[in-house]
Amino acid sequence: MTRVAIIGNGVAGATAALHIARHPNYSVTLISDETPYFFARTALMYVYMGHIRASDLKPYPDTLWDKYHIQRIHDRVTDIDFQHKHLHLAEGNTIPYDILILATGSIPHRIDWPGIHLDRVGYLYHLQDLHRLEHWTPHIRHAVIVGGGLIGIELAEMLRSRHKQVTFLVRESHFWNIVLSDSEAQLIDQHIREHGVDLRLNTELEEIVDDGSGKVGAVRTSSGDLIPCQYVGITIGVKPNVQWLRDSHLHIDTGIVVDEFLRTNIEDVYAIGDCAQLQHTAPYRRPIEPVWYTAREMGQCVAATITGNPTPYRQGLWYNSAKFFDIEYQTYGYVPPHPDPETDDFLWQDPPHYRSLRIHYRRDNHAILGINALGLRLRQEQCHQWIQQATPLPEVISQLPLAAFDPEGNTSYLRDIQQYFQAQFYTTNSP
Amino acid sequence: MAPTHTSYRYKIVRHIADGIIFLLLAMLALRWMDIRVLPDTLSSWGIPLAFVLAMALRAWAQYAHRPPGIHNNGVWFRPLTSRKWPALTLSLLLTSFYVVLYFYPQYLGLGSDGAPNRGLIAMFDPLSKALSGNPASQWFVYGVFYTTAILGFGIKFLMKYRHNRYQRWRTLSVMFFQLGFAFLLPELLMALNKPYYNFATFWPLHYYYFDQWHVDQLLRAGLLGKWMFFWGLAMIFILSPYLTYRFGKRWFCSWVCGCGGLAETAGDPFRHLSSKSLRAWQIERYLIHSILVVAVAMTIGVIESYLRTGQYWLTPRSFVVLSLLVVTLPSAWLLFTQREQLARDARILLAAVALLFSIVLVNHLFSPNGEIFFVDAGTVRKWYGFFIGSIFSGVIGVGFYPIMGSRVWCRFGCPLAAILGIQQKFFSRFRITVNGGQCISCGNCSVYCEMGIDVRDYAQRGKNIVRASCVGCGICAAVCPRGVLRLENGPSYKNKA
Ligand SMILES: Cc1cc2nc3c(=O)[nH]c(=O)nc-3n(C[C@H](O)[C@H](O)[C@H](O)COP(=O)(O)OP(=O)(O)OC[C@H]3O[C@@H](n4cnc5c(N)ncnc54)[C@H](O)[C@@H]3O)c2cc1C
Ligand code: SF4
Repeated sequence: MTRVAIIGNGVAGATAALHIARHPNYSVTLISDETPYFFARTALMYVYMGHIRASDLKPYPDTLWDKYHIQRIHDRVTDIDFQHKHLHLAEGNTIPYDILILATGSIPHRIDWPGIHLDRVGYLYHLQDLHRLEHWTPHIRHAVIVGGGLIGIELAEMLRSRHKQVTFLVRESHFWNIVLSDSEAQLIDQHIREHGVDLRLNTELEEIVDDGSGKVGAVRTSSGDLIPCQYVGITIGVKPNVQWLRDSHLHIDTGIVVDEFLRTNIEDVYAIGDCAQLQHTAPYRRPIEPVWYTAREMGQCVAATITGNPTPYRQGLWYNSAKFFDIEYQTYGYVPPHPDPETDDFLWQDPPHYRSLRIHYRRDNHAILGINALGLRLRQEQCHQWIQQATPLPEVISQLPLAAFDPEGNTSYLRDIQQYFQAQFYTTNSP
Repeated sequence: MAPTHTSYRYKIVRHIADGIIFLLLAMLALRWMDIRVLPDTLSSWGIPLAFVLAMALRAWAQYAHRPPGIHNNGVWFRPLTSRKWPALTLSLLLTSFYVVLYFYPQYLGLGSDGAPNRGLIAMFDPLSKALSGNPASQWFVYGVFYTTAILGFGIKFLMKYRHNRYQRWRTLSVMFFQLGFAFLLPELLMALNKPYYNFATFWPLHYYYFDQWHVDQLLRAGLLGKWMFFWGLAMIFILSPYLTYRFGKRWFCSWVCGCGGLAETAGDPFRHLSSKSLRAWQIERYLIHSILVVAVAMTIGVIESYLRTGQYWLTPRSFVVLSLLVVTLPSAWLLFTQREQLARDARILLAAVALLFSIVLVNHLFSPNGEIFFVDAGTVRKWYGFFIGSIFSGVIGVGFYPIMGSRVWCRFGCPLAAILGIQQKFFSRFRITVNGGQCISCGNCSVYCEMGIDVRDYAQRGKNIVRASCVGCGICAAVCPRGVLRLENGPSYKNKA
């Protein structure tokens, strides 16, 4: 029996555990301090909004873990003895292992603003953050959210669903326009405001003001405004949860550095998910990608590698999705916010219906590099095929219905796109 | 901030609409106690119409000021939709209504032995007379309530999902079939002295279709009646298999059927209450397929028993042989061609059915005068009507909406859903396609599946959903925040997963 210990039961650790435990000669121990079971962090918002119950967060039935004889320990690993291969837990136990997988995820990024330690300054990452927010909710009339990213807008939607007044401080000139183009981001700005959020662009947090009892009373912004509030949500991104490992021999940069087999510099120790930093990246991809499916894929790869089928983790074509209040967002391939000198964007928008399609392509041969969709759904397989085969833009547009993934009856916008393309593209690109 | 102010005004309108609905219900309650507020000639059509309009007003006030999108905020917080006491009270009221309707219609005011109607039923006499020329019966009153509910709550559903054309079309479709085909047309046929016929349903959901009185009524009603009779047969053996092959069982279950229609409209606020446990799925499979077997056997028995009178061109023996072929051949085909796909319980059930029907055949061939199922088919038919037709589909099917979700009957009981489900699973182009690796395991799709399918379990593994029970309502695809799911009629019935 090879003893595999996994620290962290997020999607990375849980997926690895399930895949390894299917093989007979391995015994798996899954240790995590947050919850005794694996849950979908991505759905925390829907619990707060009353769409689902906390019990619905579990992607697998509880019986599955016993079926595969996965030992689950609800405790925190405080120290790792890499030399003698065992783990020390907060409650005093030690766990020996033959193979160790680090899947410790991320923690919220924070900045030492004055007042950051006041009561009712919150984050949104762990289940405990949600419990705290729930606990504070009756006392919140006005909330301020700092940081215009994916988690910030989720937090805004959550608080609006509970009828809280929300001020949303965004440092950039439009929501998330470090990723979206200005034209896309403006659409989202408008939609955020339509949902009753007081969106303040080009605005940063200066300090959080005490209400006199150690709780949040107001925030002061970079434009000098004082906004009274009873809660401040800090959502300025995440960073790998590796601080507690920094004193060891483990090679850590921002995250735990791993090779293509997800091995760390220490033998028999692997790192996967949000906490891992890839030594080598594919074109247009980053060494740390804190998203759900990459963590899941790494879990699958590491399981195959450990169980005797060495499988490199290869970043394929990038894709991802999100939802900004009611507007769905999907992205495939490489779509920077602004075109480079060699590339250009084809952009179609239908602002009244919050729809937008942006296809990034090379100027020389018109081969498409990536697609951004807002308010419409595209078929991943088809988009990947076009991008991988460097299909020229005109061909993509004429075949667009192949990629339609909206519910039946909801794809009439495709004709508009095709007509718009006929009118636009050939006039601007004719010699 | 702006929205707080506007939503305040909408709130007032919503309270007004609630007030109107309450007044209408109070008028019905008073009329039930024989206290007339308005003349029956006005209220028999005025109250249903006013209800639909008030529902429209309410839906407008509830949704018009919110941007189009998914409106599930607070579903698990509100007592009515999270099995708290208001839900239990509503469930009790609904079940009591069904018990009175089915078993004690006199308490609704039905006049017996030629006595005129009183109370609630008398209130609908003018409408009934205007449509069919007859005084109202409890079934007429039920039909009016049912249709009104589908129309009123249908408008609410249209407003709630106004951004989604698939949802709008199918809701308009169930509203149309309920009003036109299930309610108005049969009444008008009666006015024209033709047999009552509901084109929006067929055997085995329409379980008395092959009862002697019904067959006689159709066959004796001239060309139209004969045509109706054969339409019913064509529906069972030709049209529905084809449509299910092409589109999945959704063409019926969530576009046409009245039971489905009520579940999708009035039942929509309770859809998330269906159990997603493995246990529930096991119970579902045994229960619904057993009921199908009973319904088929019972129908064969009933037909055989009246064929024995010799009044019909079909002899009992040729009928029994024919129907056993119709049952066993497809089952055997399923058993042999789809072996790997069938779960153990399905194989057991199929084998049991094959065995049962072989015994019947032998028994029939060697003792042609005995009862074909060893019990009197008429008795079975009576108990089926009581337990399945009344208790299951009505009292439990609708009465338990607020506790077990909106599709209890469709999921655990309906024999027609069972047949269409088998066709859908093995011989249909329909599937729910999963979009690559975009699923984030959030669980919304599973929670809002009224049939209790754990959609997420498939989606997070990137596997298409091919399930017998899926009625194709499309809500999983609507609520999915990542656009992962799409209802599709693929190019072929093979390789769907
Ligand atoms: C609110 C929110 C919404 C999101 N939405 C999306 C989305 O829509 N799409 C998307 O792609 N991604 C989304 N993400 C990101 C996604 O959830 C993460 O990328 C993913 O969960 C990472 O999984 P993981 O297994 O690497 O780590 P985690 O899920 O963070 O799991 C790590 C676990 O290890 C535990 N742990 C850490 N150290 C120790 C220790 N020493 N001892 C014991 N246990 C320890 C942690 O407590 C944690 O439970 C979202 C994240 C958040 C917070
Ligand atoms: S709703 Fe969508 S993202 Fe959520 S679990 Fe279902 S398929 Fe996955």
